[in-house]
Amino acid sequence: MTVPMDVSGSQTEAAPEAVLEGVGGAKAIQGRSLGQIAWMRLKRDKVAMAGACVVLFLIVVAIVGPFITKALGFDPLTFHQDLIDQSTLAPKGAFGGMSAQHPFGLEPVNGRDIFGRIVAGAWVSLLIAFLATVVSVIIGTVLGVVAGYFGGWVDTLISRAMDVFLAFPLLVFAIALVGVVSQFESELSFKGDGLRIGLLIFVIGFFNWPYIGRIIRGQTLSLREREFVDAARSLGARPLYVVFRELLPNLIAPILVYSTLLIPSNILFEAALSFLGVGIRPPTPTWGGMLSDAVRFYTMPHFALFPGLAIFITVLAFNLFGDGLRDAFDPRAR
Amino acid sequence: MKKKSTLAAAAVAALALGLSACGGGGGGGGQASQSAGQGAGAAAQDAFDAANGGKIFNPSTKKGGTLKFANSGDWDSLDPANTYYGYAWNFGRLYWRTLTVFKTAPGGEGNKVVPDLAEDLGKPSDNGKTWTYTLRSGLKFEDGTPITSKDVAYGVERSFDKETYPNGPTYLNELLAWPKDYKGPYKSKGADVSSAIETPDDKTIVFHLKQPFAGFDYLAQMSPTAPVPQAKDTGAKYRDHVVSSGPYKFEGDAPAGKNFALVRNENWDPATDPNRPALPDRIEVQVNVEANDLDNRLINGDIQVDVAGTGLQPASLSKVLPDPALKARADNPTLSRLWYTSIPTTVPPFDNIDCRKAVMYGADLTGYQTAYGGPLSGGDIATNLLPPTIPGHQKIDLYPSEGGKGDIAKAKAALAACGQPNGFETNIAYRAERPKEKATAESLQQSLARVGIKLTLQPYPQGEYFASFAGNPPFVKKNKIGLAVNGWGSDWNDGYGFLQQMVDSRVIRETGGSSNVSVRIPDVDKLIDQANMETDTAKREALWGQIDKRVMEEAVILPGVWAKSLLLRGKGLTNVFISDSQQMYDYVALGVQ
Repeated sequence: MTVPMDVSGSQTEAAPEAVLEGVGGAKAIQGRSLGQIAWMRLKRDKVAMAGACVVLFLIVVAIVGPFITKALGFDPLTFHQDLIDQSTLAPKGAFGGMSAQHPFGLEPVNGRDIFGRIVAGAWVSLLIAFLATVVSVIIGTVLGVVAGYFGGWVDTLISRAMDVFLAFPLLVFAIALVGVVSQFESELSFKGDGLRIGLLIFVIGFFNWPYIGRIIRGQTLSLREREFVDAARSLGARPLYVVFRELLPNLIAPILVYSTLLIPSNILFEAALSFLGVGIRPPTPTWGGMLSDAVRFYTMPHFALFPGLAIFITVLAFNLFGDGLRDAFDPRAR
Repeated sequence: MKKKSTLAAAAVAALALGLSACGGGGGGGGQASQSAGQGAGAAAQDAFDAANGGKIFNPSTKKGGTLKFANSGDWDSLDPANTYYGYAWNFGRLYWRTLTVFKTAPGGEGNKVVPDLAEDLGKPSDNGKTWTYTLRSGLKFEDGTPITSKDVAYGVERSFDKETYPNGPTYLNELLAWPKDYKGPYKSKGADVSSAIETPDDKTIVFHLKQPFAGFDYLAQMSPTAPVPQAKDTGAKYRDHVVSSGPYKFEGDAPAGKNFALVRNENWDPATDPNRPALPDRIEVQVNVEANDLDNRLINGDIQVDVAGTGLQPASLSKVLPDPALKARADNPTLSRLWYTSIPTTVPPFDNIDCRKAVMYGADLTGYQTAYGGPLSGGDIATNLLPPTIPGHQKIDLYPSEGGKGDIAKAKAALAACGQPNGFETNIAYRAERPKEKATAESLQQSLARVGIKLTLQPYPQGEYFASFAGNPPFVKKNKIGLAVNGWGSDWNDGYGFLQQMVDSRVIRETGGSSNVSVRIPDVDKLIDQANMETDTAKREALWGQIDKRVMEEAVILPGVWAKSLLLRGKGLTNVFISDSQQMYDYVALGVQ
């Protein structure tokens, strides 16, 4: 990174770290970039690192999990109705039919393996949350920087647009949109779960950008008045150069932090939509959909417990990691 | 009878709320009538099904006490002109009387229509196009004014106004020869309706039909023939205080959403009414009780009857069934309802009968049964259309398989005959709000995948399910809805009441709204017309059986489950039984210890 890094690196807050590290290592004191300093702080934040480990684990599970469960015989779609009591529809045996074959027990009625469904559901939840976050971040960053850097009527226009989007009844809109689109599904070339996933990513991503957009705009507003930007401009740098070489590198930190905090809220939103039945269609498992199925069987807590726990752990891990990341980049906010 | 959109819509609305459309009965096929009264006399010993199958639990003639009902929702209306729920008709008989009524008797005997306000059943003339009823003597409203045939006629006239009373049944609207442009007594004030109804004197009422209809006595037991005094009619507000013609009257008013109570109507003369024992002194009703809470209160005795009569909530089953003491308080009646899946012939490859047969053979009906709640709260595996409660029912098993699990070899053979040996892909529609239909679709997806038929699940909102989606022929064709999860309950227990809306191809409208999604068989339409003209009950019932078989041969309906419900007898009830017409406890008979 360029100028600003050196500026902040030489500032007081960075010095103690360098000194501390330097003492033990008997090495010459050397300047560190903001990224290196943040990483050092993050490494020392045990809670955030635990969150990061869980997040990594979840990503691995989402990607390779379906293959593993299939190989081990935890298929999320296979019925095991021979293991269901035909009069109460509850799984036979204690704790919702938990056993070595079905570690999390079975669903009532059809007897599908809950472990397999949780693992398979991770993929959908994380995919939608990540891609929707990417959509939000791209739109929010571009519009936030444009509004903050250019100001004037451009800023007014974009800021009002953000207000409109923030006031939008997103949940109601999402329900209506999914309903309308599925009516015309036969005429679309893009069908089935692909269509639903695409639609959810669009809805969640497209309507959540103002949150990150506002933060980026604020940061840009303060950055553009800084000396290094003035210096670049006085040397004849064009706006594009300033945005890409001077502003964006300094915006990386807030973008990263708010993306990690946006992901868990998107996971919850996807779960809410699946719970309301407008998400992915059955039998594809989703955590929200599993919770929704469990409502009817509240006397069998294992059915609601595991999807609830999965959502809880995922959201908590992302939030802890996101918080740690923010502290690492900007300890004054602590 | 020509079915009109309002009729179908009302029936669909009743279905949509998951309740049996209406009570009904039909000409005496009583599998259990002999045993009626046998359980009587013995001490009240709790036992599973003790009030079911023609038995009376704890028979009694002791009067007095308070009977407590509760409802997890609220009535669509307490007004006889504006209600279409089976339970509302069952309960309504406590405060209204109609020209005819289903006999207050257990089991199949309860399917019989007997005179109520009328001295005798209707007398047909003009080949069944004119029906005449004569009222009994000594009939009075709760205020002591005598009930005349004009009050009955007025009740029928006001029920014609579907803008004021959108919920009620519309059979009489369609069938009677109403004057042109008639809009009911409010909008067509003073109109001459003598082409439809005549009251030559205070005791005689004559109905004129557009076409012969042999089963008019069934229509005369429906709520619109309850008498309404014109002077007391307040239109849409009449539901707050219906003027009683039965053994109980409202204590004060009963506005929507409020609990209410019924007390004895001193002006009701038991001598005029052989059908109502009227045992309790007082009847209390709570409305909008949360469904799971309601079950718990029923279990601990706080209330005695769940008035909706649709059975325990799924969560309560795991509490009641494993406990012998609680299970002994349960009854498991069969309903006049079939849960099934339509196979529209307009969607290739289902235009080929062999592909349809592949579905019939390939489906695992035990999975279907489990989806609806298993053998107790779900029902029995169905092999054809007519449920066992309906006279004329016979078991027609054209696509047999070991234990109902499906016959994979025959399914594959059918697929080969259809020219699709490797199977094919199609869609299955179901109502998104109904978890049991979702479970059904998932189950069929599993079982048909065994033979290579790949289903994609398509949930649609239940409010528009028939109007815009599965019941809309162009939509079905365009979106390739090869299978549509469906269900039908009868308005009354005979072949017409059960089958006509389900299998008559003339009820299908291109604009949507019909619950007949797949049956378009010209022979069947002819047989229906033939059955409507047949006045001999036995011959008519044989014709409905023939229609049932014909539909099964064409493989356009995959029958799933003949529905049953699991009811819990409240504590301290006497004279408890289930009649085939109500398919729940007969509320008129109940007493308390």
